[in-house]
Amino acid sequence: MMHRGNRQKCRNTPFPEYVKYIHRKRLFLVSLIVICLISFFASISLGAVTIPFNSVLRSLFGFGDMPQFQNIITNIRLPNALAALIAGGGLAISGAVMQSVLRNPLGSPFTLGISQAGAFGAAVAIMFMGAGVMQSTQVGAVTVLNPLITIGFAFLMCMVSAIIIILIARFHSTGPEVMVLCGVALGSVFSAGTMFLQYFADDVQLAAIVFWSFGDVGRAGWPEVIIMAVAVVSGTLFFILNRWNYNAIETGDETARGLGVRVDLVRILGMIVASLITATIVSFLGIIAFVGLISPHMVRRFIGDDYRFVIPASFLCGSALLMVSDIAARLMLKPHVLPVAVLTSFIGGPLFIYLLLSKRVK
Amino acid sequence: MLDVKNISVSYRKGELILKNLSFSVGKGNILVLLGPNGAGKTTLLRSINAILKPQKGVVEVENSNVLQMPASQIAKKLGYVAQRNTAGNMSLFDAVLLGRKPHVGLRATANDFARVSNTLQQLGLGDMTMRNINQLSGGELQKVCIARAFVQEPRIFLLDEPTSNLDLKNQMDILHTIRRIVKENSLAAVITMHNLNLAFRFADDILLLNKGHIVAQGSIESITPQILSEVYGVQVEMIRHKGHLAIIPV
Repeated sequence: MMHRGNRQKCRNTPFPEYVKYIHRKRLFLVSLIVICLISFFASISLGAVTIPFNSVLRSLFGFGDMPQFQNIITNIRLPNALAALIAGGGLAISGAVMQSVLRNPLGSPFTLGISQAGAFGAAVAIMFMGAGVMQSTQVGAVTVLNPLITIGFAFLMCMVSAIIIILIARFHSTGPEVMVLCGVALGSVFSAGTMFLQYFADDVQLAAIVFWSFGDVGRAGWPEVIIMAVAVVSGTLFFILNRWNYNAIETGDETARGLGVRVDLVRILGMIVASLITATIVSFLGIIAFVGLISPHMVRRFIGDDYRFVIPASFLCGSALLMVSDIAARLMLKPHVLPVAVLTSFIGGPLFIYLLLSKRVK
Repeated sequence: MLDVKNISVSYRKGELILKNLSFSVGKGNILVLLGPNGAGKTTLLRSINAILKPQKGVVEVENSNVLQMPASQIAKKLGYVAQRNTAGNMSLFDAVLLGRKPHVGLRATANDFARVSNTLQQLGLGDMTMRNINQLSGGELQKVCIARAFVQEPRIFLLDEPTSNLDLKNQMDILHTIRRIVKENSLAAVITMHNLNLAFRFADDILLLNKGHIVAQGSIESITPQILSEVYGVQVEMIRHKGHLAIIPV
């Protein structure tokens, strides 16, 4: 129901329909916030050990009376839930911005090969630059000791992939499908690079790299969560500040330039920031496919291409999607925990095919 | 109001597309650019707007060289409507609101919304403000693009074939509206057109381009049928009907 103040505003304004239209979009955002909150608390509550909701709330607000729950929440569930929230949101806004600046509905860190490039860069840093150590145990197969070197290498490789995509988009008027096929090709090259590393790895290293390459939010501890939060929050603010530029680009490069948008600069900076977010997430969590592609498309169905709303809504949708997938991954084969990337790919693959065949992509 | 001085433009291979062009447009005047396909009309509009950087020359709007201004400042001086426009997936109101981009800080204000609302009413788009622009006809989309340029509040309009997708009534409506806004607010407009009759009906001055050169410029009376025949390669006659010049190919 519309608030009384809003109703009054609708009556007084010369554009009441527009005010209602904006209220509907805000309502959509509020719904996503509610879904995110529920998913967040469920993500802390559910798993191999089920923690009652009231214990979760008490612990989070510092009134926890059961040390074993407090311990699980502080050291495992809370960082996991925050990692899913931040990584899901980060991948989703990266996808949304890539779709805008490349004017390609199939743009996302995974479909353009940027995630695979980041994983290769991080693997090089861990194997050869002493940025991490590997063990054969399942929990924490790779420990990132020097996050700056790892992110730096992942970012470098992400940028190689992103620059190739930008050049293809700039100098060849390719359709969305061609660009994604180029992304598939780049993804294959970088996956081959990772396989090359695996070939020369010893048994322990091999097991560790294979396990590490499955995207999983469960391996994030507090230091990783904090670094990801800094990258994703800064990137989100940057994207929000550019929301009018992305809206202008939706109307075509020529029109955007006429509106004072430095299209090439917006495009390149957008790809750099999206790649940096992707690199940070991939360095710590591995490759998590499809969240960056699907989330923006899901929200566009409800609120159109208006980036004032697409950016925050994609963030919330990506967060909720990854948190729910993570919960499902924990509960499906309880007490074993599946890497969340397995589930996102299961859901994302069919949705991706649907998007390819649907009218919106043409 | 607009002074273009010695503009030369070339694309990558060094061949000049526009060769040392100079002209002026006064306050409250509409200059129509005419010429056959490939004459350089669109290139000229794009270089006035600094979308295409000229190799040499100066473009002054009210004595300030726009080629040395940042893009956001240029957008406050010059409102550009491109020949080809893409419909995004947004409401008509939002599409026009984008025209306020050069003026908007962190978020649009009530003044921005009111200006959009008034412009939509003026252009007869008031009944379809919430329609998605990818459901509009080509003509309606053209009107939306012109409305966007209006809310930009520029000093000079640069309109690249603004009536190309419109039926006769809408062509007349749009050109009347452009003329009224230009005259009432002491602005100026540079418009490229292919319809010679409408050009002569609404222009204050004509600039005739061919192969990057100015063939003729001046008031509509100064353009002769011989010059038009030479430039277009088709024999034409001019007759005066109810005070307006009409061009007839023969």
